[in-house]
Amino acid sequence: MVIWIILLAMTAAAVMVVLWPLSRHAAARGQADPDIQFYREQIAEIERDQERGALLPGEAEAAKAEAGRRLLRATGTQDEGFAALGEPALRRRRAVSALALSVVPILAIALYGAYGSPHIFDRPAMMASRPQAAAPDLDVAVTQIETHLAQNPQDGRGWEVLAPVYLRMGRVDDAVKAYGNALRILGENADRLSNYGEAMVLAGNGLISSEAQAAFEKAVALDKAAPKARFYLAKAAEQDGRTDKAKAAYEELLAVSPADAPWTPLVKEQLARLGAPQAAPAQGGEPQMGPEDILRMVSGLAERLESQGGSAEEWARLMRSYAVLGQRDKAEAAARRARQALAKDDAGLKTIETMARELKLTDAAQ
Amino acid sequence: MLVEAGHFALALALGLSLIQFVVPLWGARSNDPVLMAVAPAAALAVLACLGFAFLSLTVAYVTSDFSVLNVVENSHSTKPMIYKISGVWGNHEGSMLLWVLILALFGAVVALARNSVPARLQANTLAVQGLVTVAFLLFILTTSNPFTRVVPMPAEGQDLNPLLQDLGLAIHPPLLYIGYVGFSICFAFACAALIDGRIDAVWARIVRPWTLGAWVFLTLGIAMGSYWAYYELGWGGWWFWDPVENASLMPWLAGTALVHSTVVMEKRDALKVWTILLAILTFSLSLLGTFLVRSGVLTSVHSFAVDPERGVFILGILVLFIGGSLTLFAWRAPLLKQGGLFAPVSREGALVLNNLFLATACATVFIGTLYPLALEVVTGDKISVGAPFFNFTFLPLVVPLLLLVPLGQTLAWKRGNFLGTAQRLYAVLGISLIATLALVAFRNGGPVAAPLGIGLGIYLILGSFNEIVTRSWSRGTPLASAWRKASGLPRSTWGTVLAHAGVGVTVIGIAATAWDAEGLGTLKIGDTMRAGAYEARLERVVPRQAANYREDVATLRISRGGRELGTVETMKRLYVTRGMPTTEAGIMTVGLSQVYVSIGEILPDGSIGMRIYHKPLVLLIWLGAVVMAAGGTLSLTDRRLRIGAPSRARAMQAASVPAE
Repeated sequence: MVIWIILLAMTAAAVMVVLWPLSRHAAARGQADPDIQFYREQIAEIERDQERGALLPGEAEAAKAEAGRRLLRATGTQDEGFAALGEPALRRRRAVSALALSVVPILAIALYGAYGSPHIFDRPAMMASRPQAAAPDLDVAVTQIETHLAQNPQDGRGWEVLAPVYLRMGRVDDAVKAYGNALRILGENADRLSNYGEAMVLAGNGLISSEAQAAFEKAVALDKAAPKARFYLAKAAEQDGRTDKAKAAYEELLAVSPADAPWTPLVKEQLARLGAPQAAPAQGGEPQMGPEDILRMVSGLAERLESQGGSAEEWARLMRSYAVLGQRDKAEAAARRARQALAKDDAGLKTIETMARELKLTDAAQ
Repeated sequence: MLVEAGHFALALALGLSLIQFVVPLWGARSNDPVLMAVAPAAALAVLACLGFAFLSLTVAYVTSDFSVLNVVENSHSTKPMIYKISGVWGNHEGSMLLWVLILALFGAVVALARNSVPARLQANTLAVQGLVTVAFLLFILTTSNPFTRVVPMPAEGQDLNPLLQDLGLAIHPPLLYIGYVGFSICFAFACAALIDGRIDAVWARIVRPWTLGAWVFLTLGIAMGSYWAYYELGWGGWWFWDPVENASLMPWLAGTALVHSTVVMEKRDALKVWTILLAILTFSLSLLGTFLVRSGVLTSVHSFAVDPERGVFILGILVLFIGGSLTLFAWRAPLLKQGGLFAPVSREGALVLNNLFLATACATVFIGTLYPLALEVVTGDKISVGAPFFNFTFLPLVVPLLLLVPLGQTLAWKRGNFLGTAQRLYAVLGISLIATLALVAFRNGGPVAAPLGIGLGIYLILGSFNEIVTRSWSRGTPLASAWRKASGLPRSTWGTVLAHAGVGVTVIGIAATAWDAEGLGTLKIGDTMRAGAYEARLERVVPRQAANYREDVATLRISRGGRELGTVETMKRLYVTRGMPTTEAGIMTVGLSQVYVSIGEILPDGSIGMRIYHKPLVLLIWLGAVVMAAGGTLSLTDRRLRIGAPSRARAMQAASVPAE
């Protein structure tokens, strides 16, 4: 309510400003006609210019005559007079008053009504009205921790708290950095290393890079039982195409875990998958891994790269996709095609070789 | 509450400026002084409303009120206070609000200058101004509202673009806008004169201080922007012929022409039609600049087409004002009486030539800036017109213009004597040539452009001061009396001399860039690299943490010929909130020259890519602009141009000095 009173007062003041000059009688402006004065000054100026040599004598005379003529003309037009009195003037004044009284408030209120938000208070008022105990939502909390960490980047606990939140929010790359910071500051332990590795796997779209694998191996070295690290190491073996080793690793993990461990179903699922007839011909039967649309995406990418070519990053993505899908021969074929396509692109070739080494493809040695 | 009151004040200002447009126009037509008297009252009220609106937005920024969308998008609670304030105009919406605020400020000054401006001219001028205000307020309220609120309120803002978190850019836009908007007053005066059908020397006298004032601010604004680009973008360049820069250069060129043509009009009552046209064109170019920068058409014609609301609105404003004023011009200009006559060889003739050159140069920049846009619209091809185009077209126009400057300054009004004038410049020409040759011999090799350009600069400076000398001293005059005479010359004469000398100073600075030396390399701690005679040694690289960014600071020790000069720091910053990196160049000033160090990539092995430049006399580029602006200001303080003091000026006339 208060706001409307203030807005009303503002409107009234604005209208008054316009009405005020209308209420006054035409005060004759006590100023000399600026024209006449100007030309007098100009004639004096021409004389001075002449003395100084900025005007040649003959020209000065002509210029003076010119200015004199204008002075005469200005004197002649002086008594034009103002039309401030009489009935028409009164009517004009009324019309303008009506205009001011209507246009200013209507326009202002219409526009403010369309775009304003009179019900929202400014921030300090909002703070006061909001209960202090209310739980801050996730975004706010993250922002607060980020601000805190920007100022105290050596706070390892902070990074460790933030990292899983990042993961949940889908900010995977940030999570990797946060775990990395926590590791650097707080030192290594099996949990931290496993989580760090897992974040890297997620960042790599499921592919276990050599860095991630190194992290998992370190974790197992620190704690033989570390289930997450062991699981991913088994998975890594699977991705390298060493199915037997993967199977053995999964079985070992099951053996050391309590029967009701939360990861048991997941591990069993992996084993069941590996146990099924696996060596289907690459061109033929349906590969078992991954939903159909992933396959479609991959084959779409392959077709496009084959027909139109593409960047080194795209070729590398194709190789990695095949590797993740377990189709190593296709991955190798893709690497060969990429090398041909990018023969002239040194940086691109480097990307391909790095990826080939990463995926442990057989002919990566070149 | 304050935010909403500010928002409402903005809406009120729209209503008031509509009154400011309609009522005075009616008053002037029906010759009714009461109606005309509404104009100044409304103009002052508009200023009060807009001032309040601006203030309330500023308060929202200062208190980090994140319930305002504009504050969320451009501020952060940890940002230093000065950038919280400059953040108000560091974004589209706020800068448009500043634009109209300055517009209203100028309107209020016109409203208060009742003694020096005839009532009818004042009423008509304020009416035109009112219309401009209406258009821009509608634009702000409907498409670029800075007072939009957000519910629920975010906890933290998104921070201001880090490139803009800089002192240079805190003051650059206000300067530039004062320049742009100042020309809107000239435009309003021109339209008012056309509406009234009366244009004469008196008009020119009234408009001249506005033109000069706007020109001074625009000059400073452009120089500031150029210096900012130099130290912030990390390339060491000072002018990029970027469309945004060209957008401010075009009104400057037209405005410079206007400053000169109003002199002719005031002194000789000539060039009226041309001056009016220039006043219209100058403001049109300012509007065009606003359109180019604000509509997003520069980043991509397509992004403009995707979100056309703002762009189309500004385009509408552009069409309304440029089209409307040119129509008015075509209709009324033939009615204007021709003014004083002059011979081709005369001060007037020289100024006409100056106008021709400046207008052509402006047209060149116009084509270079808009042709790529037009081409993209028509064919979809994206081309960029860069420095080579402008070097081939703009420079050949400017160099002869500069050669003519001292000549025109020395010529007499109405009919001059070319040979006599040239004779007076023999000494100046001689000294400049000797200086050029001496430089060529001294630098022995190297680019020939530098000594030639510096010679041109010296010629400009000496040629300007030559005017003072020839006017106050002749062979045999004792120095004391010559000095008396020189200091008795009108301030506008001194202003002219200073401004032209400033051009010379800038020319020297630009010419000396041909001597720039550059070094590029990868440094480890303790390594050195050199540029010209200067050597830089990488001392250390350390991280540092500030409130809203963290940075890696590289410290380099600069020495010359084994003599240590001190250290500079160059930083690679990461602004946390936007995740945006910036590079801060390290600059050491040695006299008028600078050593400029800029950090590049930090490689995994700890070595650092680094650029180092030695830029001789580079400061002169901007100092020249400051001198130009000082000249304009000096001219502005000339008794003849002081606003509101005609009677006093008259009383002092007997004792007064010649006016120029």
